[in-house]
Amino acid sequence: MNNKQPILKAENIKKSFKQNNHQNLLVLDNVNLELYEGEIVALLGKSGSGKSTLLRIISGLVKPTAGEIIYRGKKVTEPAEGLAMVFQSFAIMPWLTVLQNVELGLEAQGVPRNERRSRTLKAIDIVGLDGFESAYPKELSGGMKQRVGFARALVVDPDVLLMDEPFSALDVLTADNLRSDLLDLWQSKKTNIKNILLVTHNIAEAASMADRIIVFGSSPSNIRTELIVDIPHPRSEQNPKFRLLVDNIYTLMTTSATDLGNAYRYKTITLGYRLPNVQISEITGLLDMLIEPAYRDKKVDLPILADEAHLNIDDLFPITESLEILRFAQVSKGDIELNAAGKAFAEADILERKKIFANHLLSYIPLAHYIRRILDERPEHRASEDRFLNEIEDYLSEDAAKQVLRVVIEWGRYAEIFAYDYNTGQLSLENPK
Amino acid sequence: MKLDPSASKGNIYRMSFLPKQTYTKNEATIWSIPNYWDIMAIAIIFTFIVLVAWGAKQMLGSYRLGDIIHISLNPIYLPGYALRTTMRLFIALFFSLVFTFVFGTLAARNKHAEHIIIPTIDILQSVPVLSFLSIVMTGFIFIFKNSMLGPECAAIFGIFTSQAWNMTLSFYQGVKTVPKELKEAANIFHLSAWQKFWKVEVPFSMPGLLWNMMMSMSGSWFFVIACEAFSVAGQNITLPGVGSYISLAIAEANSMAVIYAIICMLVVIFLYDQLLFRPLIYWTEKFEESQDDEERARRAWIISLFQRTKFLRKTTSLLEELAELWVNFKPFRTKPKASTNKRSTLLVKMHYLTLATILIFATFIIWDFVLVNISWHEIKYVFTLGLFTGIRVMSLILLSSLIWLPIGVWIGLRPNLAAAIQPIIQFVAAFPANLLFSVATMLIVTFNLNVEIWVSPLMVLGTQWYILFNVIAGTSVLPKELKLAAANFRVKGLLWWRRIILPGIAPYFITGAITAAGGAWNASIVAEVLKWGTINLHATGIGNYIDTNFNSGDLPRLALGTIIMCLIVLLINRLFWRPLYNIAMRRFDID
Repeated sequence: MNNKQPILKAENIKKSFKQNNHQNLLVLDNVNLELYEGEIVALLGKSGSGKSTLLRIISGLVKPTAGEIIYRGKKVTEPAEGLAMVFQSFAIMPWLTVLQNVELGLEAQGVPRNERRSRTLKAIDIVGLDGFESAYPKELSGGMKQRVGFARALVVDPDVLLMDEPFSALDVLTADNLRSDLLDLWQSKKTNIKNILLVTHNIAEAASMADRIIVFGSSPSNIRTELIVDIPHPRSEQNPKFRLLVDNIYTLMTTSATDLGNAYRYKTITLGYRLPNVQISEITGLLDMLIEPAYRDKKVDLPILADEAHLNIDDLFPITESLEILRFAQVSKGDIELNAAGKAFAEADILERKKIFANHLLSYIPLAHYIRRILDERPEHRASEDRFLNEIEDYLSEDAAKQVLRVVIEWGRYAEIFAYDYNTGQLSLENPK
Repeated sequence: MKLDPSASKGNIYRMSFLPKQTYTKNEATIWSIPNYWDIMAIAIIFTFIVLVAWGAKQMLGSYRLGDIIHISLNPIYLPGYALRTTMRLFIALFFSLVFTFVFGTLAARNKHAEHIIIPTIDILQSVPVLSFLSIVMTGFIFIFKNSMLGPECAAIFGIFTSQAWNMTLSFYQGVKTVPKELKEAANIFHLSAWQKFWKVEVPFSMPGLLWNMMMSMSGSWFFVIACEAFSVAGQNITLPGVGSYISLAIAEANSMAVIYAIICMLVVIFLYDQLLFRPLIYWTEKFEESQDDEERARRAWIISLFQRTKFLRKTTSLLEELAELWVNFKPFRTKPKASTNKRSTLLVKMHYLTLATILIFATFIIWDFVLVNISWHEIKYVFTLGLFTGIRVMSLILLSSLIWLPIGVWIGLRPNLAAAIQPIIQFVAAFPANLLFSVATMLIVTFNLNVEIWVSPLMVLGTQWYILFNVIAGTSVLPKELKLAAANFRVKGLLWWRRIILPGIAPYFITGAITAAGGAWNASIVAEVLKWGTINLHATGIGNYIDTNFNSGDLPRLALGTIIMCLIVLLINRLFWRPLYNIAMRRFDID
């Protein structure tokens, strides 16, 4: 496969966003990627790893800060013909019928009405929406809406199909159904699509669909690794090769580049660390689960844990990450194990838990420690959240900074290391009257 | 800064999983050829065309300054007058729409334009209609010499200024908030700017724009009297129309004629509501998620009528093709090349240079025109007048809130009642309150009431409905479980108001109060001067000042009144309403 010419090439892509305080936030750094004919490529990474940004750069929607995209020998500077995209939130126009939505791309190309109609009806037929031509999107279920999204992309007869988390807004069954339909379509070769580039944070999805998986590290991302998948379709989740692959990806995604092979070292984080968006109840819930006899005192396989907790594996990652950075558990190579503090926390009562949590929060989360220190230092013991927000924005994008601050405020309030007034946006050391 | 607790990826257009509707093809229902629905629909269309043609002919008639246009109070002439007024309203609405599309889009797409357009419109909003009218009427009459078009254009322009601003702001808001992924989809499928406008931006902003169009139409009835009957260079011009009819009826103290006019207006409002706005609402409800299907029961009969006709269905598909040609019009389809940075920075510089020039020029004019002619003492006096009007507006907003809050909540808690009553209130709101002014005048004179106090209610007659609307809306969208929880914990009486209802509806209520206050300021120019036959009642206030100087053609004083009124309105908005609104949104928004 690799001895052919690539259809599309991303060369040394770099992307940084301007912050409001004139600092640049680097999201992608020197990313290289090649897409070849006849393969499905998955871009796999946690949220915030910059994979969606890369997809938008490839599509021509967003301009890279440096580097270039070469598609069929030409540089991409704006959305190119031959590249079509399917969106996470479907992005179909609620005021257009299914038919009108699908023919949108053809109208833009100026295809005459009759030809447009017949091509559109064919595309609608292919995705199985026959009979819904004049329905409005609100009459359709989520899965059917995404089928409209597929039809709209197929009708312009693209070369490369770009997909931005196309199944993540759907429930599990619908997503499965749609995935297998897409694979059938791909294998039947009814379309001229030469390559599918799929952005996802779902490990199982990447493993079940892709011929090649590109694993993203956290932002500013470099591509961490690339895996070739040579399991024939349809891939069963029971297939030992498949399980091994999933396990493998887990290990890759939970192991940072530095601690391969060495004795376990906790991740030390900095002030600008992007705290995972995790609620206290999720942390305590997972700790409660890990203290059960079945998991206590041993390494637990993450896929198994996800299964047991009825969590999507992608929802599990942020929680295990927070246990790790709070030093309640050791997470490595796709396994998790409670440490002494984790066990103590899980066995304590509510008040004792708060104490332990406060202790860990102040010791291991620099941002929490920093906020507390500022509040201690100030004579009136209060500070505006905006002050800290500005601080975090030196490291993170505006949205990410807001989220991180929200997380640390929730954790800090639970631990009672500081108080927060939503109306005034003030952090303080006093309890509400 | 606000930390959004629900910072999810959810977009407003993202839909919950509604139960699927069964779908049947339209073609399944075929009627035999002589379809009597056709006849009815054709009758409607032809009547419409004939009426418009007649009205247009009248508009293009000849007119010389000094000609006296005879207005008759005979009700036989009323339908003709109504037609001509309605045409003026719709021509103004058309231009408002064009203005909205051009400037709303410009402001939303270009941040340099945005910096100027939005604050300008914000100010224009608080400029009373009369001031606009006085600026343009001489000009129009001069341009279209010897033609009826001169005064017609002036009147239409006046009506336009009472319609356009809120529409533009609403459309601008709409275009600004088009979800990012929809924009990306439009880009990735290569829609040109022209196509994007018609396929994405216009439909997305339509529900809000439509609502504002309806409000504008109601609002402009209020100013029709002022716009149709005005004086230029000592000449009284009365354009044939309902407005002139009413002003003559008032001058002659003919109460029967006022009643005829009221009936006539009710019919007209009912007609365009049914023929135009209902179908448009019906169309937006087709794709709006929030609409329950039950609610769509009040579907537009005009649409059903046209759906039942055979011949006209074909005509509709022809129209659809025309619309398509328009949207996909080739010359507009070419994508504009991204302009080079050098050129655009030059343009931006030019743009700001022009602005600076205009600003200097404007300051000079104001100085030369107003300040030289008017003493500082008078300026202070006008400020005091403004304060008088301000006190009236504020106390009336307070008073109508006290009345409508409980009633609105009471209605809002009963969904069936709210649904039934909504169209009625909307209709009542469209009714121009100034028709009741004559009644008020008689009452004031008969009971020898204090003019200063008793003109005040007239200022909010037309705008109090915004408070009621919003309170009903706010109450009915309060989560049902919240009300149940309150009942469960037996939260009652004052506590219930203080802890549940008032915080729950705060953002809605404040929105309503802001709109009502804005409207009341504008209404003050009509409400502070009451006329009935030979009776003339004047209340002390800036509205009275502006009206008096408008009638005497004293431009410097008119300008002074306008500027000071704008200043006061802007100050109150910035210092009082906007902070209040922000607090309410931050603290009490349920979402």
